[in-house]
Amino acid sequence: MVADPMPTLRELAASLEAGERSSLELVEQSLTRARECESLAAFLSLREDGAREEARAADRRRAAGERRSPLDGIPIAIKDNITKRGETAGCASRILEGYRSPFDATALARLEAAGCIVVGRTNMDEFAMGSSTENSAYGPSRNPWDPERAPGGSSGGSAVAVAAGVVPVALGSDTGGSIRQPASFTGIVGMKPTYGRVSRLGLVAFASSLDQIGPFARTARDCAWVLDAMSGNDPGDSTSLPDPPTRSTDALTDALEMGDLDGLRIGLPSEYFELEGAAPGVIERVREAVAELEAAGARTVPVSLPNSRFAVACYYLVATAEASSNLARFDGARYGRRAAGAADVGEMIERSRSEGFGAEVKRRILLGTFVLSAGYYDAYYKKAQQVRTLLRDDFGRAFEECDVIAAPTSPETAFRFGEKADPLALYLSDVYTVSANLTGTPAVSVPCGLSEGLPVGLQLIGPARGDETILRVADAYQQRTSHHEARPPLAGAGA
Amino acid sequence: MSKLSPDELLHLSKLSALRFSEAELRAFGADLEAVLGYVELLEQAPTEGVEPTSLPIPFPTPLRDDEPAEPLPAEEAVANAPERSGTAFAVPKVIDEG
Amino acid sequence: MKPTHPDYEVVIGLEVHCQLRVRTKLFTPAPVTYGAEPNTATLPVCLGLPGALPVLNGPAVELAVRAGLATHCTIQPRSIFARKNYFYPDLPKGYQISQFEEPLATGGYVDVPMEGEEEPLRVRLTRIHMEEDAGKSVHEAGLSETHVDLNRAGVPLIEIVSEPDIRSPEAATAYLRTLREIVRYIDASDADMEKGHFRCDVNVSLRPHGSSELGTRTELKNLNSFRFVEAAIRLEIDRQAKVLSEGGTIEQVTLGYDADRGRTFLMRGKEDSDDYRYFPDPDLVPLVLSEERIAEIRAALPELPEQKRARFTEEYGLPGDACAILTEKRGLADFFERAAAAAGDDAKPAAQTTANWMLRDVLAVLREDDVEVQDGHLEPEGLGALIRMVEEGRVTARSARSLLPELIREGGDPERLVQERGLESVSDEGALEALVAQAIEANPKAVASYAEGDKKSLNFLMGQVMKASQGKADPGAVRKLLAAKLES
Ligand SMILES: [Mg+2]
Ligand SMILES: [Zn+2]
Repeated sequence: MVADPMPTLRELAASLEAGERSSLELVEQSLTRARECESLAAFLSLREDGAREEARAADRRRAAGERRSPLDGIPIAIKDNITKRGETAGCASRILEGYRSPFDATALARLEAAGCIVVGRTNMDEFAMGSSTENSAYGPSRNPWDPERAPGGSSGGSAVAVAAGVVPVALGSDTGGSIRQPASFTGIVGMKPTYGRVSRLGLVAFASSLDQIGPFARTARDCAWVLDAMSGNDPGDSTSLPDPPTRSTDALTDALEMGDLDGLRIGLPSEYFELEGAAPGVIERVREAVAELEAAGARTVPVSLPNSRFAVACYYLVATAEASSNLARFDGARYGRRAAGAADVGEMIERSRSEGFGAEVKRRILLGTFVLSAGYYDAYYKKAQQVRTLLRDDFGRAFEECDVIAAPTSPETAFRFGEKADPLALYLSDVYTVSANLTGTPAVSVPCGLSEGLPVGLQLIGPARGDETILRVADAYQQRTSHHEARPPLAGAGA
Repeated sequence: MSKLSPDELLHLSKLSALRFSEAELRAFGADLEAVLGYVELLEQAPTEGVEPTSLPIPFPTPLRDDEPAEPLPAEEAVANAPERSGTAFAVPKVIDEG
Repeated sequence: MKPTHPDYEVVIGLEVHCQLRVRTKLFTPAPVTYGAEPNTATLPVCLGLPGALPVLNGPAVELAVRAGLATHCTIQPRSIFARKNYFYPDLPKGYQISQFEEPLATGGYVDVPMEGEEEPLRVRLTRIHMEEDAGKSVHEAGLSETHVDLNRAGVPLIEIVSEPDIRSPEAATAYLRTLREIVRYIDASDADMEKGHFRCDVNVSLRPHGSSELGTRTELKNLNSFRFVEAAIRLEIDRQAKVLSEGGTIEQVTLGYDADRGRTFLMRGKEDSDDYRYFPDPDLVPLVLSEERIAEIRAALPELPEQKRARFTEEYGLPGDACAILTEKRGLADFFERAAAAAGDDAKPAAQTTANWMLRDVLAVLREDDVEVQDGHLEPEGLGALIRMVEEGRVTARSARSLLPELIREGGDPERLVQERGLESVSDEGALEALVAQAIEANPKAVASYAEGDKKSLNFLMGQVMKASQGKADPGAVRKLLAAKLES
């Protein structure tokens, strides 16, 4: 069995350009690897025939000198909450069983226009609600570093697909850390762009004001490439930034020429590094990573995010309120699962939802309904929206002092299944990630070594529209370190 | 902040269009109270006179032209329907609460 | 004005849902249709599909702003779309996108002309907000199924909410007529009630005369004709008065109106508007309108009916009811003014004469054919030319009148038609004298009674001359000649 079957996106694209490999070979390799890793349950479905057919077409284009972009023919994976015309978009939920979408998500359509080929849909926490993929209606994905541990979530399947070498790139969605935390748990790079950078059209909404599609890859450089290909204004999404697409790859090339991080100010929030309950091993790795950045020319400055202790509470009120409304459309009337034998439509709706949603989704719908309901709105929802303003101001002030903020991605490494049976305990583990969603800022998680044999993620948070900056810093870090080259023990073990 | 009464919980599940057994409702109620207990923390947040934020980043108001696009073919519009009648969605009868 | 009910003052407020005159839906470019096959006019947003997102229709906003300006509202520089959450099979997303705490327009009024009253009734408006329509559920009798058609889902509406300033069913319909006239004038809506473009909910409460406290109100939902509005309000006044006079209390309920049976029925108990869980829609951004944009829309606003009425009175000296009729529709008012300009050089008399022709003759034909004047074949300048010919004595009123139906239905140049048909009036002295002599000779009795002082005999003789001329004789000249002959 090959120990490292899947090189980086950059290497694959180069070998396609050089004619050393064909797209069909890459797709076959992806599919083979996916089957080898079946026990990790990264995928909910594979597009074997469709992907092969598209690969042949990509190879014909290359042969004819008509390739769409350097990404033409590259296999990718997408999270099950991203729509693709004619295919399922099940969000790992029973309630969407059998549903087929009549339209493409903009982000995916752009990647496909560049020639990317979807080989499969990845597992996730149902409707992206969770941090472990344990809430998938189809069972959890497993962490290739230790199959008894969660890969993180909610985009756990996409993280595993990249970490296990099935695909060089996968798309996830990040509402409160759902890309960064699984990237951290599986030892890869995962990025949440600035809110509005990537169109949400075709992303099945969990919490509209927080959701953002983003890439998983082995390197920040690969993430930059994918981000450039899918970002940019979409008139079909009212919350799409009017800016042109990011030019992160250019920024990286320039940075490489400059060779260092001279003059870069890295903010270290005391609240994050002194957090009670953060694993010492995690804090240690992150401090080492910061030292590495300093060695590259950056200097650190202390910053303060005094309201960050309210972030998790704020997040769960905002996210569940929006979710309770976003998930109201799943009523069994027009699509998806319908309970049989209801006497009237009210009963049909209630029973379809009760049978179709899992426990965590119900829990969050109840909470969200509660915080929006009369008499509680001001005390909960409005209060949370005010705290959101405080957080935005905190970050605004911090970014006057620094260019990026460094922090752990998660207070701990991958936990064992069932370890976080108490929902609240799981919510609290989002402490480092939710603020970027609440304030719309971009953030990336980069592997920065192991603690007790498990990967640790360094999180870099930038100001809004600072996507290029955080990717440049992440890239500089990866240029100087080899943590991203560490492979999970299982990667070569087969299954 | 408050403890949820069984009536409140029932009302909440009605508003959410979810049905629960009594045991389920008790369990969910307990989870909810744990979370609500935790978010009491927000009472300490200095929000006096602070404007609420609904979207993290300000956007200009995007307006569309009034140009019709080709609608979905009716067959496609109802392709996912659990039940249909012609090109209409069919659902069990509506009983208006009186 | 005499009170509507002897024991109670009636307090009425209205909420009007008015469909905006645009081609596509409020949040997606699916076409707005009427009477199409179910679900043939939908896009993912209309179906509430996973991953679909709303984008606001710009021209719909402009029409809503026009409606706000035309009703003296303040247009808010920033308004918010909110979600109103409830489950219903024709509500595909499980929420309706509407405006709640921060609507587009606030604090306006409509002046309603009331029959037999000098002063119009001023009805204050609480607000005008934008929202999307729901789909349609069809419950077929005897069927255990309901059929859902989402063609209407997402159609752009404005909801115009009045203060409880109305005191009678008649005033309610007068208000609705005025409002409909306004939205049509500004091209904001076709307001076709049969097509459901203009529907209203009525809040009714009673209180003892002289009381300033509001009684408990009930809501009559979805009334779609003026007749039903009046009938339903009357029924509700009677019902509430009976309950109150028997010492009962009114419950806050929602009622429907069954037009076939002519009665109201209970739709819903105390509606808990508290349960809608409104919150700002996070898929949409605030609707921000600059002062310049609002000024631009205001500048493009046509003259409104009330302004036109005032001007017609002022400029042309037309009586109130003539103004009311001529300004009811913008097309008619414009037609009238163009015809009047062609009818004579002196604006005031020309307008008055034209108004008479319009009210007496033209509208009758149009009404008979059920067409709008701008849709007929009659050119306003043509009508003006015909009236001018009458005024100049070149054609008799009677001849002109006989030509009108044809001109309206088929069109044509009145000048040429008059010539072709030989309808020029006979004013040649010789010819007229012969006709007059003939009439005097043939009617000695009338001549005798005229001599005895019965001046009406002159009219009889006039009639005889006109008849003999086949209506072409110039009546002024004939009268002069006859009088001279008879006096001599
Ligand atoms: Mg209403
Ligand atoms: Zn309404």
